[in-house]
Amino acid sequence: MTDGNGASGLMEVEHLKLHFPIKQGIVFDREVARVHAVDDVTFQLEEGETLGLVGESGCGKTTLSRALMRLVDSTDGAIRFRGDDITKASRKQLEPLRREIQMVFQDPFASLNPRKRIGQIIGMPLRLHGVQHDQVDDRVRELLDRVGLHPEHLNRFPHEFSGGQRQRIGVARALALEPKLIVLDEPVSALDVSVQAQIINLLGDLQKDFSLTYLFVAHDLSVVRHVSDRIAVMYLGKLMEVSPAEELHDKPIHPYTNALLAAVPIPDPQENRARERIVVSGEPPNPIDPPSGCVFHPRCPRATEVCREVEPPLTRYPGGHLAACHHPLNVTAEEIRQGDRDPTSPLSTGDRLPDPAEAT
Amino acid sequence: MADRILEVQDLAVSFRTDEGIVQAVDGVSFQLEAGEVLAIVGESGCGKSVTAMTILGLTRSPNARFEGVIHYKGTELVAATDEELQRIRGAEIAMIFQDPMTSLNPVMKIGDQIMEQIQEHEGIRDAEARDRVIDLLDRVGIPRAQDRVDSYPFEFSGGMRQRVMIAMALSCNPSVLIADEPTTALDVTIQAQIVQRIRELRDETGAAVILVTHDLGVVADIADRITVMYAGRVVEEGTLDDIFYDPQHPYTWGLLGSITRVDRPRPDRLPAIAGLPPSLADRPEGCHFRPRCPHEFSECTKVPPLDPRIPGEPHHRDRCWLSVEEKRELREIGPGEIGLAGEEGAAA
Repeated sequence: MTDGNGASGLMEVEHLKLHFPIKQGIVFDREVARVHAVDDVTFQLEEGETLGLVGESGCGKTTLSRALMRLVDSTDGAIRFRGDDITKASRKQLEPLRREIQMVFQDPFASLNPRKRIGQIIGMPLRLHGVQHDQVDDRVRELLDRVGLHPEHLNRFPHEFSGGQRQRIGVARALALEPKLIVLDEPVSALDVSVQAQIINLLGDLQKDFSLTYLFVAHDLSVVRHVSDRIAVMYLGKLMEVSPAEELHDKPIHPYTNALLAAVPIPDPQENRARERIVVSGEPPNPIDPPSGCVFHPRCPRATEVCREVEPPLTRYPGGHLAACHHPLNVTAEEIRQGDRDPTSPLSTGDRLPDPAEAT
Repeated sequence: MADRILEVQDLAVSFRTDEGIVQAVDGVSFQLEAGEVLAIVGESGCGKSVTAMTILGLTRSPNARFEGVIHYKGTELVAATDEELQRIRGAEIAMIFQDPMTSLNPVMKIGDQIMEQIQEHEGIRDAEARDRVIDLLDRVGIPRAQDRVDSYPFEFSGGMRQRVMIAMALSCNPSVLIADEPTTALDVTIQAQIVQRIRELRDETGAAVILVTHDLGVVADIADRITVMYAGRVVEEGTLDDIFYDPQHPYTWGLLGSITRVDRPRPDRLPAIAGLPPSLADRPEGCHFRPRCPHEFSECTKVPPLDPRIPGEPHHRDRCWLSVEEKRELREIGPGEIGLAGEEGAAA
């Protein structure tokens, strides 16, 4: 149970940290530094919802999603699935869990074994989890049909398929064991725009039919907004903003979210010309040595002295909109006054909430 | 009228393969004037990259066949000798490739890679070339260019490598820059920076740009004219506003409709284009888009010519038999929304 509201979601992540040590030395492996890939992240996944997780390359979104799958071990914090702590669960203990949490990977070319037939690829999870051999093929046919491929494709190899079709195969494999939660790591970013639309629609249908919960990880806010109920924006291992999808788009509170939205090209020449483009300069800093205070301050157009020194907590604004910023955008003085420090804030943050005089 | 620097006429490229003749490009024509940005848009396998690469002779191989002509400032490139092409490549026409991770030599300092290109075309001394490289890196927005010139590609992020690629492409002041999906592998914030940089450099140097991409969002940001390709053929061409506000070909509607947009309320379903592009070794007769088009009718078994069909707009041409009135009605899938009606179906 998370601290605070006591509601129980499908999955809860509490102050999760994942640091990769950098070791050096010939005789002794000394740890010389740490990559702060995920740095104190707390959130909850409710049953049946789609949580979008966005951020630039290297912000830790993929590491976070792998940690949830227990593909990498976390340094600190807790992950709970249906209330059970799985942070330190052994391989054996994880086995039943693997049925319930599945993953679809980014690269449809690298995530399918080129030497295996489609039937074997999709059937593997079934066989591993003890489905009768004579039933495997029927189930695979059913799955292929469900994701919009011909059941006859069973005996083909991955190279005979286009990128979009391969991604459908990846989805069928994830669906095979009737999971509850599917972690989608950039499922459409390697695809053509027209094919992206097909896959996004397919994912939407499947969610409805099988009441799936999705964690949709991507760098493209326009795609994430399209599929998500809530969106979490991540930067340099930390959550910057968490909000209902539409609200994030209509009134981004964190300057980083605002910059991400502004960077998305609009396929309309006139609107594009009229739009004020805030191009954030620079690139995300090195996660080995993250900036002091607010991690976004070196690139932030609104940064002041306090941003360099004090790490902002996640402030909860009315409507359940969280943002970690000393100089929030799009909020009234009243909303700032009503805001309070959210318990999901990183433990290292203080109590300094935005000043109502900051209202914009 | 500005200077026409590049003219492609009836270009056809085919490759002999085990599966038969693959007609990758089939009768593509376009012109490019100094300082303009032409976008070639289409899905994977529509022939857009082959068209771009053929301009530089990069698709030459024993099993490739070429027809048509490409004129670059009085030189014909399709039949040009390798020596002639060598002189033009990099110096006159430069290319930025899609994948900045694999297009740089991993065991060579980036400064040396750019210097190599400059010295290949201009006989200048090392010190002078090095200064020029530092200046170039600075211009494309690489901080501390003085130090970074001695870095290896692995020390750079994806966005930085793409900047290095752009610096390399610009090193000999080319008059044509071909950018093949220059931002596809990058984050949106970096993408915006790169697009802005390409636009500034175009303004500074007056180079013409051919932008090859599948992303109409990027196109809306930078292009002057658009050529839409499908299965090796140009299906529609026109100015930026023609294509975005008065698209004539159903395929263009499909492309426009399937984009997820941040500036509109989100629809329940995205209007996707059903099915897949045809195999280039076995293309359907008549209009190639016919099998995926919900508006197909009897006429479509004949190949529609690429003609101007709107009175008074000679530069807006398309390959679709429907009348302009029918098109304007059929493409509306919602108030003010353009797309391809009747989506879905198996993708096989």
